Amino acid sequence: MSSTATKDHAELAAIFNRDEPRVDWHDETLWWVRAKRDIAAHKLPEWELLRETASQIKNNVLSNLSTYLEQFEANAIKNGVTVHWAADAEEHNQIVHKLLSERGINRMVKSKSMLTEECHLNEFLAQRGFDVIDSDLGERIVQLAGEPPSHIVLPCIHKKKEEIGDIFHEHLGSAKGESDPKILTETARQHLREVFLTRRAALTGVNFAIAETGEFVICTNEGNADMGAHLAEIHIASMGMEKIIPERKHLGVFLRLLTRSATGQPITTYSSHFAKPQDGKEIHIVIVDNGRSIQLGREDFRNSLKCIRCGACMNTCPVYRKSGGHSYHTAVAGPIGSILAPNLDMKKYADLPFASTLCGSCSNVCPVKIDIHDQLYKWRQVIVKAGYTPTAKTIAMKGMAFTLASPTLYRAAGKMGRLTFKYAPFAVNNGANPWYKHREMPKAPEQSFGEWYAKRKEQKK
Amino acid sequence: MKVALFVPCYVDQFYPKAAIATLELLEKLGCEVHYPKNQTCCGQPMANSGYEHLTGGCNNLFIDNFSGYDYVVCPSGSCTLHIKEHLHAHDNEDMATEIRKRVFELTEFLVDILRVDILEASFPYRVGLHNSCHGLRGLRISQMSELVAPAFSKPAQLLNLVKGLELVPLSRNDDCCGFGGTFCVVEEAVSSKMGKDRVDDHLEHGAQYITSADLSCLMHLEGILRRQNSDVKVIHVAEILNNSIQ
Repeated sequence: MSSTATKDHAELAAIFNRDEPRVDWHDETLWWVRAKRDIAAHKLPEWELLRETASQIKNNVLSNLSTYLEQFEANAIKNGVTVHWAADAEEHNQIVHKLLSERGINRMVKSKSMLTEECHLNEFLAQRGFDVIDSDLGERIVQLAGEPPSHIVLPCIHKKKEEIGDIFHEHLGSAKGESDPKILTETARQHLREVFLTRRAALTGVNFAIAETGEFVICTNEGNADMGAHLAEIHIASMGMEKIIPERKHLGVFLRLLTRSATGQPITTYSSHFAKPQDGKEIHIVIVDNGRSIQLGREDFRNSLKCIRCGACMNTCPVYRKSGGHSYHTAVAGPIGSILAPNLDMKKYADLPFASTLCGSCSNVCPVKIDIHDQLYKWRQVIVKAGYTPTAKTIAMKGMAFTLASPTLYRAAGKMGRLTFKYAPFAVNNGANPWYKHREMPKAPEQSFGEWYAKRKEQKK
Repeated sequence: MKVALFVPCYVDQFYPKAAIATLELLEKLGCEVHYPKNQTCCGQPMANSGYEHLTGGCNNLFIDNFSGYDYVVCPSGSCTLHIKEHLHAHDNEDMATEIRKRVFELTEFLVDILRVDILEASFPYRVGLHNSCHGLRGLRISQMSELVAPAFSKPAQLLNLVKGLELVPLSRNDDCCGFGGTFCVVEEAVSSKMGKDRVDDHLEHGAQYITSADLSCLMHLEGILRRQNSDVKVIHVAEILNNSIQ
């Protein structure tokens, strides 16, 4: 992550695009997932009603968040669970650190949690001498490669199976050149089995937290969250405070939408409910704010908190498909990441709302109907007003606005432009013009429509 | 029916043929077409770059030019959408609201208002229809593939009235071309790759022409086709619909 922190999305995407066959492979892989999503969605005639219902349930949650959170906490405590509150990433990491230290534990197994990526928990614990092993296969692969996930559902979607074979050969001792997914998966399984059996602590994410019952639900395809949590003495569940749903009956709406949107499966292989700790064991829930309250207070952006982290907006986004998740230099990439990240650090992520053509596909695949592309447009306005755009761009825009507000200036500039194109094409057809790198400039016609129309009017008289 | 023709700035300067075809087509269909001569731009280039606060001058000028007509018709989905969503005026909000209601993209105007079901047009070629995102998902002139809803396409409905025209199927019906306004220069690498992939889809399916209700997309695709020295041409949907029987 550190090597990419100083480059913006456009620069990182340009690097990604140096290898065109790889871009094609990445694009087609994700489009295939999008196509699977379409097939799954079209099998449900009530799909649009489901999306609308999910959206309204989440709107209700966001409007009554404090009430539901307190209800959830009270019911979880009744169940024998310990609840912690973390204002930010630092506090979350400190809480986890303390829970482990107090029990003399220095090794932990962790299933998928984008929240812990957002909080940089692995680095925090590693710096303090703790060993954390990610048990989701994709996450384990990127962890061994020393990279962050490039996608929230498919963390190593940017890696080809041959590259994974090399990583496993180096770290897990598989045969050199082995790239059969079945054999590689078996290698990972044997490796993780030992981890599951020996770790006293397991950390998981939370997909849904039910206020009515105090239970929480974790969705995985590999059963790795269950393996970790059931075998460990202490189960720590890290949860973003927006993960609440009011009642158990609402779960059906979200479980039907989540995996269909994510991968085109009808449901995740494991949708596991956790309510009470087993005898002699502990469950701790850490409810994390980390900027969510601020986002909730931004009227234009609050409904980004409806997100259920399905990743459908990434798979459909042509910019994501052709630039790769790492180009977004943030834990949650793609369209949804681009509306969440500026809330956390507007200066650092000022480029992300501009990494979009505003094509609107994201908003329309979103299972909870977040108006993602409208929020990208609105973030652009906020970022410009906050002064996080290059001065040259602001000067150019002011000049353009001034010219276009005056018919006389507009006509003069248009004529100048066309004459330049015609008689001095070298002024625009050169390396300083980014358009010209891969595209020809439009041909300049003899006259504008306005000029043609004026002549026609003259002739008609 | 008094119709004002709204010709986007880049169409005025670079693609006058599309505007001429739009004007002639509307006149053929019996509209009294006016071209308010002091029009310039809808303001979208500034707004999409984050400078909507600088578009007041464009908005006022637009209202001065386009007040008092039954309809405002534009051969561009993107510019139409911008007016529909963002035309406001501090001192003249009533008029802005009125124009937002009366502005139509050409193909939706032909289908929904004029209810065109016969066209004296001929275009004996294999044509790929590029769905512009703002026309598709913004104005909903066609059904998008993301939704579970009945399929329709106003541009295709009209193109199917044209003699000899064969619409070619595409692998990806509504993937974005990557133009995106200033995106095309700020994100040059991704933008041109997106355009290239869209062009390839049309070429693989044997299109001789690529058409669209939006010239900004076509300008982008044309830039790529010409760089490749391709024989395939872009043409605005109005030019096809206005093409007389040969």
